[in-house]
Amino acid sequence: MNYLLTDEQKMIKELAHKIAEEKIRPVAAQHDKTEEFPWEVIKVIAESDLFGLFIPEEYGGMGVSVMNLCLATEELSRACGGIAVCYAASALGTFPIVLYGNDAQKKKYLPDLAKGKKLAAFGLTEPEAGSDAGSIKTTARKEGNYYILNGTKHFITNGGDAETYSVVAITDKSKGARGASAFIVEKGTKGFTFGKKEDKLGIRASSTMELIFNDCKIPAENLLAKEGMGFIVTMRTFDMSRPGVAAQALGIGQGALELAAKYMRQRKQFDKPISSFQGLQWMIADMATELEAARALIYSCARAVDAGEKDIGAASAMAKMFASDVAFKVCDMALQIHGGYGYMKDYPIEKYLRDAKICQIYEGTNQIQRNIIGLQTIKDLGK
Amino acid sequence: MNIIVCIKQVPETTDVRINPETNTLIRDGVKSIINPFDMYAIEAGVRLKEKMGGRVIVITMGPPQAEAALREAISMGCDDAVLVSDRAFAGSDTWATSYTLSCAIKKCAKEFNGYDVIICGKQASDGDTAQVGPGISTHLDIPQVTYVKKIEEVKDNSVKVERMTEEGFDVISAPLPVLFTVVKEINEPRIPSLKGMMRAKSAKILVWTAKDIDADPKDLGLSGSPTNVVKIFTPPHRTGGQIITGDTSEVTAKTVGLLKDVITG
Repeated sequence: MNYLLTDEQKMIKELAHKIAEEKIRPVAAQHDKTEEFPWEVIKVIAESDLFGLFIPEEYGGMGVSVMNLCLATEELSRACGGIAVCYAASALGTFPIVLYGNDAQKKKYLPDLAKGKKLAAFGLTEPEAGSDAGSIKTTARKEGNYYILNGTKHFITNGGDAETYSVVAITDKSKGARGASAFIVEKGTKGFTFGKKEDKLGIRASSTMELIFNDCKIPAENLLAKEGMGFIVTMRTFDMSRPGVAAQALGIGQGALELAAKYMRQRKQFDKPISSFQGLQWMIADMATELEAARALIYSCARAVDAGEKDIGAASAMAKMFASDVAFKVCDMALQIHGGYGYMKDYPIEKYLRDAKICQIYEGTNQIQRNIIGLQTIKDLGK
Repeated sequence: MNIIVCIKQVPETTDVRINPETNTLIRDGVKSIINPFDMYAIEAGVRLKEKMGGRVIVITMGPPQAEAALREAISMGCDDAVLVSDRAFAGSDTWATSYTLSCAIKKCAKEFNGYDVIICGKQASDGDTAQVGPGISTHLDIPQVTYVKKIEEVKDNSVKVERMTEEGFDVISAPLPVLFTVVKEINEPRIPSLKGMMRAKSAKILVWTAKDIDADPKDLGLSGSPTNVVKIFTPPHRTGGQIITGDTSEVTAKTVGLLKDVITG
């Protein structure tokens, strides 16, 4: 399908494709096995300018474009969803600064993030606050020109490896959701340490860690926007980043479809390649069609975000929910086409199924996405 | 420092088939790429520039579509690009090609104020001759070092490099200007950057004809090519060889017997 990409967007796709095939695919299984952070790939992505896709030009980036970020993430994810998320999660951690940072904060943090010299991460989730983000317990207490952070964040993607953290903490408990604020915290700040590294089902190349704040003293100028804006920062960040998660899911699904199509032409049963069997052709047809529908939804949503559309919450949730559900289903079918071989780690397809699963869970479970879509739809149409 | 890199656009060899009736390459639908060895030459040139300052000028001789190869080289960090293209070059063998490129390099020297190093890939994946690089240095009457695997040291008027041989490597010093051909051990070519790709898209490519480079028409193309192609054929597939089975002493005895037969004829 022709999505009328600009020349620049075609270049981004071509470049990310090249990185995926030449630098990611050969090392994907190794990183999945060892859980080592893929610094060598991150370096290549950094030198290719792709970290600039979510950062304004005046701060050393290539201009903020969710569409461009989606194109890059999709292509990288075709080869490995785990390595791709190390890239995409840096966008997630950077968006709060891009959206709500003041000029001094942007000047201080964005140039290094744009060049990929440093990675970013976003810290919201806590052991007791997942879907119910309003129940976070980490606090930020103001003392003179400083805030003192206390609490624990967990399941933080890029945790430990990122240098720049956007962290949400409660500044005024009495105000409920309006009592949360967002801060920039640098790795190495006294009182900021890392807890355990999670041993995960999929996306094992990426690190997922606990962030522990123990009387962590940060300058007051690290506050993003104003006190009490924490959840607005979070919601607007997710509006921008969910199409990226959707693109990650789409890339994983597309990669699985490609593997299945290749495998079925090689694999012979009953003296014929299994691609000659109509039952399997129909599976491929469903996989290809649903992925294309997901792609159309993601690109439309990303373009709307870039065009400055305001009420993007439901569309962004639809893209994330639909693409990740499709991706998981497609990976399941692709593995099924591989039969017994597909279940074995000698073949790459089982990893796709493991990697796809997280896309239905993180950045808001697909059930939470349905809440957003349902409520918004009833509000819009039920008047 | 002015660095000239010579590249060639070739068919992607994994896809190449030969028409058995005409013995020519079937080029329809086959993707064109930069000769893989030339990618190492580009990377070596760009790294040299990054270390020493100066500019990298990339040159190719070929049909108009070879411009794509030059743009890719720019996306990797080359500064200027020259396409040497003329119908008069058709049918050039390695002698005529290296003559043509040497004329283009002389013109480059005028346009860009001389040159210090010329870098070529050790050979092209389609012709596999490894003759064009040495040919250029002969036509220009400058020293050449083939199969360079490491550039050890570059000074204002000399270089020290490691040259790969079958047994190991030689360390060779040469005065500038000098021509290298490089092997794949020298580096790992970079992935282009997005900014590089954008620059490549709008970069101006110089296009020079036979007249522009002041080449003698009788030394160009088919008429300037002393090589005669007598026959082109697909070599027969190697058969699987002989597998010797049995226990160790049996296998050893049989193998020694066979080797003796070969040696004594």
